[in-house]
Amino acid sequence: MNFKRYLLRRLLLALVVLFGLSIVIFSISRIMPGDVATMALGSTATEEAKETYRIANHLYDSKPQQYLYWITGVFQGDFGTSTSTNRPVITDISEFLPATLELVVMAAVILVLLSILLGVLAAKYRDTVVDGIVRVLSYIGVAMPSFVIATLLVLLFGHVWQVIPVLGRLSYGLVPPETITGFYTIDALLAGNFAVFWDAFLHLLVPAFALALGGLCQEARIVRNSMTENAGKDYLSALRGYGVPEGKILRKYQLKPSLIPAVSCMGMDIASLMGNAFLIETIFNWPGISRYGLTSMLSKDLNAIAAVLLIFGAIFVFVNIVVDLIVACLDPRIRLGGAK
Amino acid sequence: MAVSARKREKELRRALAFEAKRPETRTISSMQEMRKENLKKAWYRFSRNKMSVVGLVVVILVILAAILAPYITPYPEHAGAFTDFANSTKAPCAEYLFGTDNMGRDILTRIIFSFQGALKMAVLVLIIAVPVGTCLGLLAGYMNGTWVDTVIMRVADIFLSVPALLLALAVASILEPNLTNSMLAITIMWWPWYTRLVYGVATSCKNEYYVVSAQLTGASKSHIIFKEILPNCLSPILTKMSLDVGWVILMGATLSYVGLGEQPPIPSLGQMVSDGARYMPDKWWMTIFPCLAIIVIIMGFNFMGDGIGDMLSKGDSKYE
Repeated sequence: MNFKRYLLRRLLLALVVLFGLSIVIFSISRIMPGDVATMALGSTATEEAKETYRIANHLYDSKPQQYLYWITGVFQGDFGTSTSTNRPVITDISEFLPATLELVVMAAVILVLLSILLGVLAAKYRDTVVDGIVRVLSYIGVAMPSFVIATLLVLLFGHVWQVIPVLGRLSYGLVPPETITGFYTIDALLAGNFAVFWDAFLHLLVPAFALALGGLCQEARIVRNSMTENAGKDYLSALRGYGVPEGKILRKYQLKPSLIPAVSCMGMDIASLMGNAFLIETIFNWPGISRYGLTSMLSKDLNAIAAVLLIFGAIFVFVNIVVDLIVACLDPRIRLGGAK
Repeated sequence: MAVSARKREKELRRALAFEAKRPETRTISSMQEMRKENLKKAWYRFSRNKMSVVGLVVVILVILAAILAPYITPYPEHAGAFTDFANSTKAPCAEYLFGTDNMGRDILTRIIFSFQGALKMAVLVLIIAVPVGTCLGLLAGYMNGTWVDTVIMRVADIFLSVPALLLALAVASILEPNLTNSMLAITIMWWPWYTRLVYGVATSCKNEYYVVSAQLTGASKSHIIFKEILPNCLSPILTKMSLDVGWVILMGATLSYVGLGEQPPIPSLGQMVSDGARYMPDKWWMTIFPCLAIIVIIMGFNFMGDGIGDMLSKGDSKYE
């Protein structure tokens, strides 16, 4: 079947890309100017400490050999030791990654739901105030860097209008639920602790919204445009002639074909949410892997930087494949073309 | 509904008036007149969307402000390492329109001066990234199907496989933090987009008759690539460039927010936001005005970019 071959091809390509990415990341972390040992240990480290570091990290071998050491370590789940936390990088990451995933999943849900809702509303009340508001929002949303959105939201909900908690994952005094998935909300539900669930959920809302806003505005616009494009189609008039209720036409017959262009765009956006999470997590004090990555970048913690980059690259590539599959499932033209 | 109907009618009348003056209905005597006609047509396409004109005005104002910064700002000396603790963290007033920061420096002055860095970054990044990306894309497109194509496009894929911001941050963090290195970091992220864009156009026109005939008449490879294929790629490249100015400024602001861009005391928008965030919410003007400046400058370039896209696109499909 063609579809299977397509999938296999995509997976192989993803492997090639990841291999290349690992080389790029290695180059960034090792071949850049400056002494690696000094960078890792700081300029105050003694010559002996640097020497031990160099020997422990194979810094006297040739670059390709160093790469081999590094990549075999990666395959065994060993990314080296973080110089800023003094723990294996993999421990840090397994601790921080779930928080980021929770945030990104929530942001993706907000992005999908709100963009479709706003897009449909704008299309239904075309050329009215609603449409105008969505349009203006989409212009502004695209022009706002994530740190501006986050800063403004912290100002709004943290100081001016304190209806919802903004910083951190849980309120002070609440004990995090036992780790099962690492998602506080799901873990709390599994433990049957609704107070913690609700608190964790509220803490999620504002950061996730800040993360989703940029993409959301664009998608709403795309949904609106393809809805209005489809609005004049003959098959809708035919359905109206048959007496199908207007709401059903809108939901079932007009919305579905209009979603296809939006979905492929949303996929890209959801994949890049991981990257945008960087500043959002820092500003909202969210203990996720992006904040960890940023701190390690600022303290030149090379092993941690390399690990974070590689993991983000892998997730990004994987999400893109999944999105292509979803689009194929939604659009019968692609699906049937693939099944031929 | 009534308003939009009137708007549409006005639009129609304008289009008809323009049609009446089309070159076909008049005689064009000289090359100069022809050029004038083309310019008029371009302006008509550009200005059909009012937002593009607004964007253009904003962009021109920003550029002028950046160039004339030492002359038009109220306190030019505040752009550097100036301190005036008597007037520190003053709220917006007649003397200091946007207030002052913790060192007593005028925020308005510093915003206008930070436009210089933002524009310099956008221009330099695009000047380096666009030719590099375009040449690689042309080469890969022309050598479509050979190992050159595979190598170039796979390398581009690798760079496109990580979120751009992430790799730019990583590169900038390894290097010494300053404007040049943050530009370098962004440039490294930027060329693959152009490679991919040009590659698409180049592969599609590689098999056109004019390219084949140029090959048959014995034209050199460089002639075919630069004289036959490149002109076809120009309009998408220009459209993307005009939209990218806003994106580069956004990314530069993000880098400087983290502290990996322009170093103090030279002002930059991102750095002003992050400095001001420490004084929230009491000293809100330290954060809000730089935020607004970022939004305005990026929106201006985005609107202008949309207009340039309308101007260069062949069909009228972009206009809804």
